[in-house]
Amino acid sequence: MAEVRLRVNGADHPLDIQPQVSLLDALREHLGLTGTKKGCDQGACGACTVLADGERINSCLALAVQYEGAEITTIEGIDHPLQAAFVRHDGFQCGYCTSGQICSAVGMLAEHKEGMPSAVTGQGSGSHLSGAEIRERMSGNLCRCGAYNGIVEAIQEVAG
Amino acid sequence: MTQTLPETTTTRESVVGKPVDRVDGTAKTTGEARFTAEFSHPDLTHAALVHATVSRGRITAIDTSAASAVPGVVTVLTHHNAPALKSPRKVTPTDLSTMASGTSVNYLNTDEVHWDGQPIAVVVAESALAAREAAALVRVTYETAESTVDFTAEEPAAKPQKNNLVMQGSAKKGDAEAAFTAAPVKVDRRFTTPPLHHNAIEPHATLAVWDGDRLTVHDATQSIDWLRSHLALRFGIPTRSVRVIAPFVGGGFGGKGFIWAGTILTALAARATGRPVRLVLTRESVYRTVGGRTPSTQRVALGARTDGTLTSLIHTSVTRLGRVGGTPEAVTSQSKHLYAAENILVRQNLVELDLVSNAAMRAPGEAIGTFALEASIDELAYELGMDPIELRMHNEPERNPIDGKQFARRHLREAYRVGAERFGWADRTPEPRSMRDGRWLVGMGVASAFHPSMLFVANVVVRLSVDGTVLVHCGLQEMGMGSATVQAQVAADALGVPVESVRVEYGDSTLPMAPGAGGSMQTASVANSLLAACEKLERKLTKLGRSPQESPAAVLAREGLPSLEVSVGSDTRLGRMAGQLRFMSKFLMDQRRWMKAALGAHFCEVRVDPDTGEVRVSRWTASFDVGRVLNAKTATSQLKGGIVMGIGMALAEQTLIDPRNGRIMNPSLAEYHVPVHADIPPIDITYLDEPDPTMPLGLVGIGEVSITGVAGAIANAIHHATGKRIRDLPITLDKLL
Repeated sequence: MAEVRLRVNGADHPLDIQPQVSLLDALREHLGLTGTKKGCDQGACGACTVLADGERINSCLALAVQYEGAEITTIEGIDHPLQAAFVRHDGFQCGYCTSGQICSAVGMLAEHKEGMPSAVTGQGSGSHLSGAEIRERMSGNLCRCGAYNGIVEAIQEVAG
Repeated sequence: MTQTLPETTTTRESVVGKPVDRVDGTAKTTGEARFTAEFSHPDLTHAALVHATVSRGRITAIDTSAASAVPGVVTVLTHHNAPALKSPRKVTPTDLSTMASGTSVNYLNTDEVHWDGQPIAVVVAESALAAREAAALVRVTYETAESTVDFTAEEPAAKPQKNNLVMQGSAKKGDAEAAFTAAPVKVDRRFTTPPLHHNAIEPHATLAVWDGDRLTVHDATQSIDWLRSHLALRFGIPTRSVRVIAPFVGGGFGGKGFIWAGTILTALAARATGRPVRLVLTRESVYRTVGGRTPSTQRVALGARTDGTLTSLIHTSVTRLGRVGGTPEAVTSQSKHLYAAENILVRQNLVELDLVSNAAMRAPGEAIGTFALEASIDELAYELGMDPIELRMHNEPERNPIDGKQFARRHLREAYRVGAERFGWADRTPEPRSMRDGRWLVGMGVASAFHPSMLFVANVVVRLSVDGTVLVHCGLQEMGMGSATVQAQVAADALGVPVESVRVEYGDSTLPMAPGAGGSMQTASVANSLLAACEKLERKLTKLGRSPQESPAAVLAREGLPSLEVSVGSDTRLGRMAGQLRFMSKFLMDQRRWMKAALGAHFCEVRVDPDTGEVRVSRWTASFDVGRVLNAKTATSQLKGGIVMGIGMALAEQTLIDPRNGRIMNPSLAEYHVPVHADIPPIDITYLDEPDPTMPLGLVGIGEVSITGVAGAIANAIHHATGKRIRDLPITLDKLL
């Protein structure tokens, strides 16, 4: 077992866990923060996306013990205009990928603000966050219900 | 209870059809919505499955010693020590829940192995981590038997599917073969489609708790009621002793409609250990224990006169079942209804393989059948030198082509007209490879969408309170369709109350029985009963002397009544049986009288890289004839969702099965490619909003129609862009080089 102190949504949580426990399992199973979802447990679907010091990560591919000292933000700690925009634009159906989409979008907006390029940057969009930019940057978050249009519209509205 | 002053007037604008936000929107965007795996219980244990690694045979030895020694393991269940379980029953029309069994295998009650992946042991442990570690340590020895797993090799030996009450294996009108031979213009093509998987992002999960002989199950299910009956049957307890809870389901698409091993084994493990058990399937376990869409081979032969009049339409198919179960897919369904061919022959054939049963997946049958039919129509249009829409309109039927029945409603012409205008079809130059955008080859294609409409029985209870609130009780399931939202709209209009004052409680078998979320019929079925309940309530209010200006709550206030309740349907055993019989007779009568369907026209534009063969879908317009739409927002989303899944089917998705041993080779979301954000352009959805006169409120189901025709439209657009006809899905870039 390993002792680790996780800081999640502004609160400290001392945990005594096995070293192979993923950050995702630590959140869901040990801290009861079930807003973060497990879709594949292999880093392929993005449902488990959380923010670590503001950066989006797949929490299923992160070991909890590596994140001591980091500021983890999960959907439960998010209070962002994106959430209402997702409802307005119907950016979800079943809701299972939604926490990951929203956390990912928050991280993505910050990345874009910092001037981080994507594979489509430079293809005419400039600093404006175009639909193509959003789609490229959000492609790590799968939505099997196919609510992609609504998600992109919601992000675009909030990005301004 | 705080008593707000009831509204006194009833004149208000209708909310049916309006883009009302989802009632569960906040819960889903804040992480508050709890899915099955997120429920807990004191003393909870966790399970993991051990899968068979041979495709057919018998377990001769199973060594669980290393697994049992893992710290935290409570027990390892195998066929040696698992409690007895009753076998699934044969399908019977008096109890439709008998259709719910995913397979006929009596898990852990047999040493027989029927497919590679069949669960043969369950580890129960204090943590999910320990259970998974121990599951990997179970050592199994098999005596293998010869198995048949290769669809391509077995397909020539397929046998005809028999006709039954609800599904035809074959149908004909006239002599299609002779007419085909005589036709001056013809195409005769073979198409193939691969196995596919639903891949709901929420993996299947179950939490089972026994209290004596009473069983409570949280389950990611599309079929609360069938699951309840099925569990009662398997564990030999009365149906009333089983409770199924599923408030939110993280996508289903058919994959959670049947009852698969994971659910049964969780309840069995809880029975064996006397402790609550939770099983969350790994993504790989979902692939290996839950069936997916069957592969198919199809022949479409079309014969026409030189003016485009279809004289012959032949559509035959081969699909597979598991030797341990599965349902035939109505691959040729749309071919009986879409075109006014003078002679028609459809025939479905089946092979049985040693694989897990196939399962319904969004528009089973039509999703792949429309690919072959609509691509063939496009090929015929090119043979004739006709515009593909013109050819379709030339053969648009006045009555149902196969049997001359009346259409309940059919506005496909109008759907094409509206769609063509929005899409800009007139700008298309018909010659293949004639349109370019820089280096990209541009192509445009169309295809029709078709899915039959049905109604099932649903029971509801509606309670009006003196504070003006309306509570609707119905055990329906919500997996993203917006069910609670749209039913609240229905009740609000029917009773003349604000939609905010209606609350729908759902997702629990203690509520009145609702149909499963499948076959695009839940919404219409529930709305049907809800309307009847609201009418009953209105009658009661009239008896209480309601004046036309008086709001429902005002009547209660005047009479000093705290609430007024009505119900439609009965949840007693006899009541349910009567309901099912009523449904079956109405279904059969309706089928004789009407052809009812959701229809649509897809318009797609693709760009193909001439050097790499990469295909990008760049534009999409779809125009639907789906009766009256209940909620512009959720309906549009659902229609888009089917198109997104169809784009995946057309261009990327396939489950790869090792032809030697039947093992799925890509059981992960990294290797099975579903569409991502970057694959999906803005989709333009439009619908005619013409009510269906034979359906409640004029609505027809829309959950499946939009995936049909998608692959056909894309294949046709790719041909237009490149001049290449690809008749084998998915259309990956290697096929275009």
